[in-house]
Amino acid sequence: MPVFEALRLALQTIRTQKLKSGFSLLGVFIGVASLIGAWSIVNGVNRYMTEKFAQTLFGVNTFQLRRRPMFTPNVPDSVWRAWARRPRIRFSDAEALTAGFTVPVVTAWQSSENNTVTYRDKTARDIELTAASERYFEIKNLRVAIGRAFTSQENRSGAAVAVLGDAVAQRLFVDRSPLDRSVRIAGTAYRVIGVVERQGSILGFPLDRFVVVPALSPAQNLVNPPGILDAFLVKAQSEPEMRLAMDQAEGIMRSRRHLRPRQDDNFALDTSEGVQRFWAGISRILVVVLPGVVLVSLVIGGIVIMNIMLMAVAERTREIGLRKSLGARRRDVLRQFLAESAAIATVGAAFGVVAGIGLTLLIGAASPLPASLSPVSIVLGVVMGAGVGVVAGVYPASRAARLDPIAALRQE
Amino acid sequence: MTLAQTFRTGDTPLPNIIILTHKLTRAYDMGGEVVRALQGVSVQIHKNEYVAVMGPSGSGKSTLMNLIGCLDTPTSGEYWLNGQKVSDLDDDELARIRNKEIGFVFQTFNLLPRASALHNVELPLIYAGAGARERRARAARALERVGLGDRMEHRPNELSGGQRQRVAIARALVNDPSILLADEPTGNLDSTTSGEIMAVFRDLHRQGQTIVMVTHEHDIAAHAARVVTLRDGLIASDQLQAA
Repeated sequence: MPVFEALRLALQTIRTQKLKSGFSLLGVFIGVASLIGAWSIVNGVNRYMTEKFAQTLFGVNTFQLRRRPMFTPNVPDSVWRAWARRPRIRFSDAEALTAGFTVPVVTAWQSSENNTVTYRDKTARDIELTAASERYFEIKNLRVAIGRAFTSQENRSGAAVAVLGDAVAQRLFVDRSPLDRSVRIAGTAYRVIGVVERQGSILGFPLDRFVVVPALSPAQNLVNPPGILDAFLVKAQSEPEMRLAMDQAEGIMRSRRHLRPRQDDNFALDTSEGVQRFWAGISRILVVVLPGVVLVSLVIGGIVIMNIMLMAVAERTREIGLRKSLGARRRDVLRQFLAESAAIATVGAAFGVVAGIGLTLLIGAASPLPASLSPVSIVLGVVMGAGVGVVAGVYPASRAARLDPIAALRQE
Repeated sequence: MTLAQTFRTGDTPLPNIIILTHKLTRAYDMGGEVVRALQGVSVQIHKNEYVAVMGPSGSGKSTLMNLIGCLDTPTSGEYWLNGQKVSDLDDDELARIRNKEIGFVFQTFNLLPRASALHNVELPLIYAGAGARERRARAARALERVGLGDRMEHRPNELSGGQRQRVAIARALVNDPSILLADEPTGNLDSTTSGEIMAVFRDLHRQGQTIVMVTHEHDIAAHAARVVTLRDGLIASDQLQAA
């Protein structure tokens, strides 16, 4: 019997036994749908990390000088304690670096701490208070939607001005204009000069709950001890220039800290690659765990299909006997039942693909997780689904093929 | 019996002999006890003969039928079908012989319930490897031959018992087999319908079809030109009768 005939027959059987086939393809359906859904999340976060986070939030061709790396998976306590003993980054370090770079770069200071911002009787708690220099907005890609950012004069003079994140402006001013109003941070009044464009959220964390004030404004004492920075941000014009600037920064810092050649750096130069490496570590865990979950549902799906097929063989013993008496060879019967179980599984996988796509759209629309459909997962899902069907069909089909036609025909 | 060949092991049947069995035996092992269903049956059936095989239950007629139908292999002896020795073929070769040389008609029709009459008749052609168009054409012709040209798209449950058996006959004929092998073809039919089916068999016989029919009803066997009676696994009588 040609493969096409076997397939046609299989689809006909599925059509006539919808309920039974529906149950039997459930396992594969769930397996494939969860495969595609979960894959979409990993894929989506991947893209988010590489495109949005790394490129936009961290900044292109940007690195940060910090006491310790910002994103680090699974750091042992001993390493963590060593990091905590490192000297902090000082204003003087930042000034020395700015003076020492020979490549064109844009730099900014940054120190952040959570604090509370009030306007009259309204209070916004848990706001990230950032004391930064004026180029911070440029490096972080923060566009000011209303008003303006502060100037270098305001920064140097430590003017009491503030640029609000969108959520803070909403919280304190609702729909009135916040410009030139006076907000209070730890008792000091700051004049609002701008509001930053809405940033949205990343993985559920809101990105608009911040206030930026000049690095030398009174708030500097709220975020760090005097003369201390969290991070020194450096943005170069190209990747090679960034590398060069990083080398220069490393050299300057090592000489300022009198490190001997054998000694490791006691500071960190973070790039967006570091962030991506951090994410790659997480996604590697997902990539290991995910197939396990999918595998379990596919195995269950396979067992269900095998049982349904064994039932089908028992029910259709007479039909098998008849087909054999009419000239069906073992391999014809084998092929018929293999095609049937593969078809059931493939139909299940196809529904799974549809559900997986739906799931992806749903996750993208209704949850903070970015989901992005991957064509690879669809192909893989269908191939795995059909494969499960074939594997699950082997035993029932070979039983059917081995039936004795005389006994099979006699069966009631 | 005229024209019977004196057959010895090592001989080849004459070309006009469609079926030749030589000292055919079949024994079953029924839980340690050996049941000898056939104990040496030698029979020759010529082209265009119409033979009824009779005998009480346990006489071995079903066993002989299964052997002639190539559904089973003998314990010893030879079986030649249409010039080919089939008694020592393997499973897949027997399947091919069944497909090409034998048309089965069963007591219970054995039609696929969810398939149309046409598709049921097409089945043997699928296993013969015929293309879809050829299959449809030949199946349609076979259905017309049994007078069901207007019932091709009907399913078995939309047909009467006699019509179902005629679909089964069309299916048996569609591959132009050497023999039509019928096992109690009227066992599930009333006497009027049985008469119709016997008329179909008579017409086919007149058109040159070789027919072997197993039955335990004398009035059905009376339609055949020759009656072979089995008893205790041996041929008890082999008689020609007036049509």
